Amino acid sequence: MATHRLSIPLTEEAVRELRIGDIVYLDGKIHTGRGIYYDHVLTKGNKPPIDLATESNVQIHCAPAAVEDAPGKYRVSSVQATASFRYWKWVPDYIEQFGIRAVIGKAGMDKWVYEESFAKNGTVFLTTVGYGVAALYGRAIKNVDAVYWKEELGLPEALWIFDVENLGPFIVDGDCTGASLAAQEIEKINPNFAAAYEKLPDFTLKRIGEIDDTLEHEVIVGRMGCPDPKAE
Amino acid sequence: MLNPVNLISESSIEEAAYEAHRLAATTLPADVQQAFHGMHERETHELPKQVMAAIVENMEVAEIDQRPICADVGVSRIYAVCGNEAGVAGGGIAFERAVRRATERVTHDLALRSNRCHPLNRTNPGNNLGVFSPNVEYRFEPDADWIEIIAVHKGGAFGSDFRMMVDGDGAKAVHKGVLDAIAEFGRRGLTCPPVLIGVGIGGTKDQAFAIAKQAAVLRPIGDRHPEPEIASLEDELLDLANSLGLGAMGYEGTGGYATDVHVEIAYTHSALTPLGIHQICQACRRGVVRVHKDGTLERREQPSWFTPYSRRLGVEVA
Repeated sequence: MATHRLSIPLTEEAVRELRIGDIVYLDGKIHTGRGIYYDHVLTKGNKPPIDLATESNVQIHCAPAAVEDAPGKYRVSSVQATASFRYWKWVPDYIEQFGIRAVIGKAGMDKWVYEESFAKNGTVFLTTVGYGVAALYGRAIKNVDAVYWKEELGLPEALWIFDVENLGPFIVDGDCTGASLAAQEIEKINPNFAAAYEKLPDFTLKRIGEIDDTLEHEVIVGRMGCPDPKAE
Repeated sequence: MLNPVNLISESSIEEAAYEAHRLAATTLPADVQQAFHGMHERETHELPKQVMAAIVENMEVAEIDQRPICADVGVSRIYAVCGNEAGVAGGGIAFERAVRRATERVTHDLALRSNRCHPLNRTNPGNNLGVFSPNVEYRFEPDADWIEIIAVHKGGAFGSDFRMMVDGDGAKAVHKGVLDAIAEFGRRGLTCPPVLIGVGIGGTKDQAFAIAKQAAVLRPIGDRHPEPEIASLEDELLDLANSLGLGAMGYEGTGGYATDVHVEIAYTHSALTPLGIHQICQACRRGVVRVHKDGTLERREQPSWFTPYSRRLGVEVA
């Protein structure tokens, strides 16, 4: 498990060297975006106002804790990512179209997203630590470089560009070999769940759509109609 | 008949609500802090050990810098324990106005995320107010002349579950429900573990879900239900949650997945047993401020939400 301090824009070479479990700190410009932003850019076709590939090729799945004290004057307190696996239908297109080298998020994405998209593109998934060390990350935000689409998307979901200094720690959850740290950990844990399930009775009544092979699923997205590209 | 001289002013309520929100946002309760230090020490796996170190550092930085512990500040809500001998000048309407004003002020002052928006068109007023927001839950306490305001900041989409069990399902089915919730939301760490688990059994469907939430956020770590049978169930469920080899963030570890499990029960329909489950993330935030009848504010470590009266234990009909 190595520790890296990398400057943005990230190079493909630097990103391809990272391995799951590595610790990463970042300097430079990162940009935010969640579902409302992806919809604005990818469905509605609005072009980001800066060249992300050369200026900010790191995206964080984040709506910051921040206020606008005066027109154009922002105060950011804490920064944290939201659960990323639910953006599976956006992320592959987004990283490919805009040359994104790292996605910072929470809890990683399904392994097939890393295998089919991240490995080919030369992108890594960096997970926030503890999923909530937002005050620590907030300290590393040195400046709000710009806020775009505030009127269209509202302040939290707007496109924020932050200048960050030594922002981290993040853990590499998905690397360019297609490996997934979360999937690896789930595999280690599953036998313990299987043993616990064996001792317990089933509910008298089942729910429609209820699955019996709980441990076959990495996350609940598997139940939500997420396509398995290998099955196509 | 209330003596108007002893009424609590609207401004005292506002200051108490502001302080409760500020504490919730920036300062983890002492019992939670202590539990996290213990988990960090017990953890033997490198990855979750580093994570626990960052969680401990974050809670210290949040308090020093007065930054929100998590950027997801949840959806603004207040629990209020109203002493039966206490009153507010201007009544309940003044109380609720004070809570709204405090919520708006603290949102601006601490730069909290404006997290409340229209559920369909996503319009965001920017101050954590809006339709049905903040929601306030009340309960009453006999022989008390104070009002206690408890702010709870709970974020996130994952970890809660509801299940309608039937009369044939016993305590072991509750184990199954908790195990399902951990399998579904805990393995990848979507619940942001270490978590505090609240379980509500019985009552009406909505009541089971509500008491589960209250069990998770309004009782301190280590607290046990007064009924021995329920207290034993709490111990068993905690053992279950911590027997799975899960550590911080859902990684394999020895530090533990849950800081505690709290169970609340309510008498229920003779044929059914609703089951509600909540898992409160490592940003286990509550701020408690009591307003005395002379208007002085008292910061308290623990909420007074659960008492023999609030559970109606031994309370006569008349």
